[in-house]
Amino acid sequence: MSQYVLRRLLIAIPSLLGISLVLFVVLALAPGDPFSELATNPNVPPEVAAALRAKFGLDDPIYLRYLHWLSAMAHGDWGFSFVSRMNVDALILQRLPATLYVIGSAQILALLIAIPVGVYAATKPYSLFDQIANVLAFVGFSLPTFFTGILFILIFSVTLDWLPFVYSSDIKATGIRWVLEMIRQAIMPVAVLGLFQAASMTRFVRSAMLDVIRLDYVTTARAKGLGQAKVIVKHVMRNAMIPVVTLIALQMPAVFGGAIVTEQIFRIPGIGSLLISSILSNDTPVVMAVTFVFGCLVVLFNLIADVLYGWLDPRISLR
Amino acid sequence: MAGLTLASPSAERRVYSPWRETWRRYSRHKLAVVSAFLLLILVLAVVAGPFVWRVKIDDIDIVAGMQGPSLAHPFGTDDLGQDILARMIYGGRISLAVGLAAMLVSVFVGTLIGALAGMSRGALGHGLMWLTDLFLSLPQLPLLLLLIYLFRDGLKAAFGPEGGIFILIVLVIGGLRWMPVARLVRAQFLSIREKEFVEAARALGASPVRQVVRHILPNALGPVIIAGTIDVAAAIIAESTLSFLGLGFPPDTPTWGRLLYDAKDFLDIGPHWALFPGGAIFIAVVAINFIGDGLRDALDARRVI
Repeated sequence: MSQYVLRRLLIAIPSLLGISLVLFVVLALAPGDPFSELATNPNVPPEVAAALRAKFGLDDPIYLRYLHWLSAMAHGDWGFSFVSRMNVDALILQRLPATLYVIGSAQILALLIAIPVGVYAATKPYSLFDQIANVLAFVGFSLPTFFTGILFILIFSVTLDWLPFVYSSDIKATGIRWVLEMIRQAIMPVAVLGLFQAASMTRFVRSAMLDVIRLDYVTTARAKGLGQAKVIVKHVMRNAMIPVVTLIALQMPAVFGGAIVTEQIFRIPGIGSLLISSILSNDTPVVMAVTFVFGCLVVLFNLIADVLYGWLDPRISLR
Repeated sequence: MAGLTLASPSAERRVYSPWRETWRRYSRHKLAVVSAFLLLILVLAVVAGPFVWRVKIDDIDIVAGMQGPSLAHPFGTDDLGQDILARMIYGGRISLAVGLAAMLVSVFVGTLIGALAGMSRGALGHGLMWLTDLFLSLPQLPLLLLLIYLFRDGLKAAFGPEGGIFILIVLVIGGLRWMPVARLVRAQFLSIREKEFVEAARALGASPVRQVVRHILPNALGPVIIAGTIDVAAAIIAESTLSFLGLGFPPDTPTWGRLLYDAKDFLDIGPHWALFPGGAIFIAVVAINFIGDGLRDALDARRVI
């Protein structure tokens, strides 16, 4: 198992390099020198500009620039935000917890909805419950997160006035009040993201369960006299979860997309809203770094999925 | 096993022509039929709308601003008193056109790469699949935003503000969504290229291009059509998301996402402003998704219904 995890870790490195290469090529192909904001400023004398260009290595061949950029990123030198006047890595570290808190809770909520609903629907295929769940799932993943977010604000903040619609990072309370307030303000963003996720996950779970439930070994388990609950949970679910894990990992890029939108709607100070605000203010180092962090998060979640995969199906880790 | 019963055709079942058979299977999916009807209405409204509803999209009338639905303005007005129905008809054309064009880009690229990977037996196939997997693990929305941020000004200068952004958004959305199609096409090609009828064509001296175009591709199209349908919905959502984040079309081009972006700060006084465009996006997307589901029933020959 540990060997398997190590091998997966080694496979993740080329993906990271690939993502960084794509990002860098995009940046290099873009018209103009996005990094040269300072160098092209008319108030900066030409010799200073030339020194800056040399410092940033803007006149080097492209592969050298890529290697420079890569080694700087690896050393933790992520550049300096022109707008926030602080180092990019510090800025991102400051924003990351809010994003992970919302995404993580939403993921848990989605699993809590999708697994029971999907499993129950698969045990009674084409029943009324299954059909209603299916239609709701379709509606769920056809509702874009920005529209559900607006609907939630309209219903729960504007009309009912139950929940705050602006997320605040410094709540003026301590102890248990602080915890409750943190939970209260996260309810809407987490629900928006979680329900969207749950919709497609329910369909994955249902179809994976249906694939497994027909297999002979399940009939054998039933013939041995095991109860329905035991057959479903111990025999069917464990195997059905294997493809589901992969599908959930493949969904991660979409989840981060949804997180950017929800952060923007509810004004959560996470890295998604940081990305939007730095794009709007032309803060290139931050834009690049945040996009790269999103790429790293995708690779990380794929890695977690692979490890889970090996645990669910020991045959895979032996190969 | 169930497979045995599937293969034997029942004697009394009538044989229909392929088109009729497809429609018969499709029409079994009631929600898909309703969805096709809804989408048709939506498309007609957007295409023929400007000839029936002749209000200008930029008629500013501050006095009549923020009004709810009325006879003069069926969908109400925004903060400047502009008619939301007229704006939605105009914006809907763009939203639907972006969805369709981006789907064509992604299906074209996906089919090309999938076909190349499916036909080659060497390093090219592996390389292309590695590329596909790499693209699948890219964070899509951040990259979309990055691309638009970097290339917006250049294309605006070359093709005008609306045309440039249209080309950029279509290429970028299509260029980041071809991977599922490529995988589907490759998987289909790998199995179809070994079938006897392709071998027969090969034996008769058909060139690889002819084998692909005349024999393999037509048989691999079913899943591509389904994936393409769902891609339209995904592209509409992607465009609306960009516009909603304020990074899509310019402010004077009222796509549905842009209308929501403008409306989101007025939710307490003008909820209608957000509800109508949001509802239109939802109806278009859910209808297209259900049509895709119906097509899956209709085009998958292995399913008996």
